[in-house]
Amino acid sequence: MSVLSRLLRSPEGAVGLAILVLLALMALFAGVIFPRDPLSIVGPALVRPFTDASFPLGTDRLGRDVLAELVHGTRASLAVGIAAAVVALVVGSLAGTLAGFAGGLVDEALMRIVDAFQIVPSFLLALAFVSVAGASLPVVVFAIALGAWTAPTRLARAEVLSIRERDYVAAARVIGMRPLEIALREILPNALPPVLALSSVIVASSVLIEAALSFLGLSDPNIVTWGSMIAEGRNVLRSAPFLSIFPGIALMVTVLGVYLFSEGLAEALAKRRARA
Amino acid sequence: MSAPLLSATAISRTYAGSGRRVVALDGASITVARGETLGLVGPSGSGKSTLARILLRLVEPDAGRIDFDGVDLLSLRGEKLRTMRRRIQMVFQEPLAAFNSRATVGSALADPLRIHGIVSQSERPAAIAHLLERVGLDPALASRAIHEISGGQRQRVAIARAIATKPDLIVLDEAVSALDVSVRGKILELLVGLQREHGIAYIFVSHDLAVVRAISHHIAIMEAGRIVEHGRAHDVVADPQSATGRALVAAVPRLVLT
Amino acid sequence: MSRTFARLSGLTVAYRAEGTSSTALEAVDLDIVAGERLAIIGESGSGKSTLALALAGLLPGDAHVTGRIAWPAYGHAPLPGRDYGFVFQDAGASLNPVLPVGEQIAEVAQRHLGMAWREAYGRARDLLARVRIPHPEAALRAYPHQLSGGQRQRVGIASAIAAQPRLLIADEPTSALDMVVQAEIVALLGELVREDGMTLLFITHDIALASGFADRIAVFRNGRLVEAGPAIEVLSHPKDAYTASLITDHIDLSTPPLIAGDTA
Repeated sequence: MSVLSRLLRSPEGAVGLAILVLLALMALFAGVIFPRDPLSIVGPALVRPFTDASFPLGTDRLGRDVLAELVHGTRASLAVGIAAAVVALVVGSLAGTLAGFAGGLVDEALMRIVDAFQIVPSFLLALAFVSVAGASLPVVVFAIALGAWTAPTRLARAEVLSIRERDYVAAARVIGMRPLEIALREILPNALPPVLALSSVIVASSVLIEAALSFLGLSDPNIVTWGSMIAEGRNVLRSAPFLSIFPGIALMVTVLGVYLFSEGLAEALAKRRARA
Repeated sequence: MSAPLLSATAISRTYAGSGRRVVALDGASITVARGETLGLVGPSGSGKSTLARILLRLVEPDAGRIDFDGVDLLSLRGEKLRTMRRRIQMVFQEPLAAFNSRATVGSALADPLRIHGIVSQSERPAAIAHLLERVGLDPALASRAIHEISGGQRQRVAIARAIATKPDLIVLDEAVSALDVSVRGKILELLVGLQREHGIAYIFVSHDLAVVRAISHHIAIMEAGRIVEHGRAHDVVADPQSATGRALVAAVPRLVLT
Repeated sequence: MSRTFARLSGLTVAYRAEGTSSTALEAVDLDIVAGERLAIIGESGSGKSTLALALAGLLPGDAHVTGRIAWPAYGHAPLPGRDYGFVFQDAGASLNPVLPVGEQIAEVAQRHLGMAWREAYGRARDLLARVRIPHPEAALRAYPHQLSGGQRQRVGIASAIAAQPRLLIADEPTSALDMVVQAEIVALLGELVREDGMTLLFITHDIALASGFADRIAVFRNGRLVEAGPAIEVLSHPKDAYTASLITDHIDLSTPPLIAGDTA
């Protein structure tokens, strides 16, 4: 039975996958569903949600369509969240494998660098970096990854330290495999599964950090993000709370979807390996 | 009398950590003749596995010297060591653990062929099929994943991997201990057959004196990191001189029919 | 006159996972006689461990059991610890690594015999002495990782018999130990069982090992009971070809060596 069908059997996997697929579709087809620039003014200000059919979720203080903003905002959140997680995981896996495999001074040096990055709370780190380097999407991605790469590094290193002692690594050495090939072919693929399990946590926290950054006005000002929507709605929180609530719900659903999906995926993958 | 193929002298190795010192090997010396089998027997903790790993340069000794066919084995590094590895190979106790879980039979056998350039890439499938036949397996097994085949088949693949580089010496660390009784005898016969055909020397490490006796020319008995007795297999088993030897002989379960 | 301790009738155990089902045991009919030492012989896939777990009521939740196990000796399914003791193959994994071994043995006595802790610790010390652990008083405070494999197995046996059960199930108790320790553990088990009048179910793949102490032998293959009977009979006149092959495949010191020219 394929991983996909096993994934769909568990409630977490099915719901998580559904949410993520919905979000992905929203992000991909935002331009088709709402072809106009979401930041353009399309109607009167502060129309209440569910009152006007042409603005299902209402409009904001400037008369922009909330639903259009919400759908377009999916792009930024998902793109940044996933990109930051990918950078963190790739850098972390490589650094952790190098540290665990090389040992000695290399290991010590890398771990002290990891310590240094872990001491600073990742949000403050991202904040500081964006403040200095300027607000654009690639910078935001890098800023988030700065804080997120340490956990995969530690985990990859721990896995490698244990795998290093296994018989199949010894066998690879005995037949004369070069260290680089051993690290990349024998060790890294087997060290990855626990690290990949971290990916959901990293994606979720990246999405939230991005939202926080753009709430503070530190993300790319030319695109709509859920964080910027919440920031917009802050000024009229008492009279029009819906402006902040909808993007808030969107964030919550995204994080929930990511967690449920990875729960279901971990279970589906675990069953496959247990059977083998 | 020809010079021995391998001669390890006064090998010592101590493990120190968190306030405790464990002496794994204390001046152990063994020799192996070309094309013959040395059985290395001892209770657990006697140091036999440590000695095996030191011979394979998986672990470095604190002291001692190893001569392999005139070469000082411990002084080799880097590329020279890698080239020497063609001539000394190993078979492990747990067949499943000795292979990458993602490996197929074919990829596991291709590795040594590729690393040492024994055959060109186009000739490799034929070489793999030939190796599988030599260890009594169907060449069609090459496409199967390692975890799909039986334990006995897996150990045959491990042996095929070990003979791929045409080594002079193979170290077998409890190579049949994890196998079913009905499979053990066949694997031992395979090993003896390969030795006869290709003149490979073996160091057979085990805690089971009976299995060692079945295929060894010489036996060395270890206790607490030292060699306490050695001699021709027949002599050691018939009349053990050391306390450990006597304990090992007495410990072999015999079929009680009365 | 021998009493039937337990009776298995048509016992079948299957594991169901994702639509596929694998049968670990099929239609097993076997009697366990009170006070006997019964050896269950089988190779991998024979179902011998499943049999031990089924008797102990330790099968995993997704196991599908048909047939029955009757317990004339107790009149009810046996209670773990109290009615039967279980010795596992991997003693290290069956002991709690964060508790001293003395506490683990004492807990069995405290819980099943209603002893106060002080008394239970005294019993634990006596048991450690009985299983020949050196310095039993000090050993009470030792942690499992501080003991050797053989010593851990002795501790496992001590906690299995701590509540004086009438049945001892040993699932390959020596397979993870070296030959010398194996011989000692088997001798120890034989002695304890004889002294306490326990019934012993010893599961192993080594037919020669079993021949040294078993009253009866039951041979399993691929989940089926192939042959059962008094040890001497099964070993000297095996009725089934598989049993005969297990006997001939056994390697001991009298087996002629496979290498040629070794007469010396």
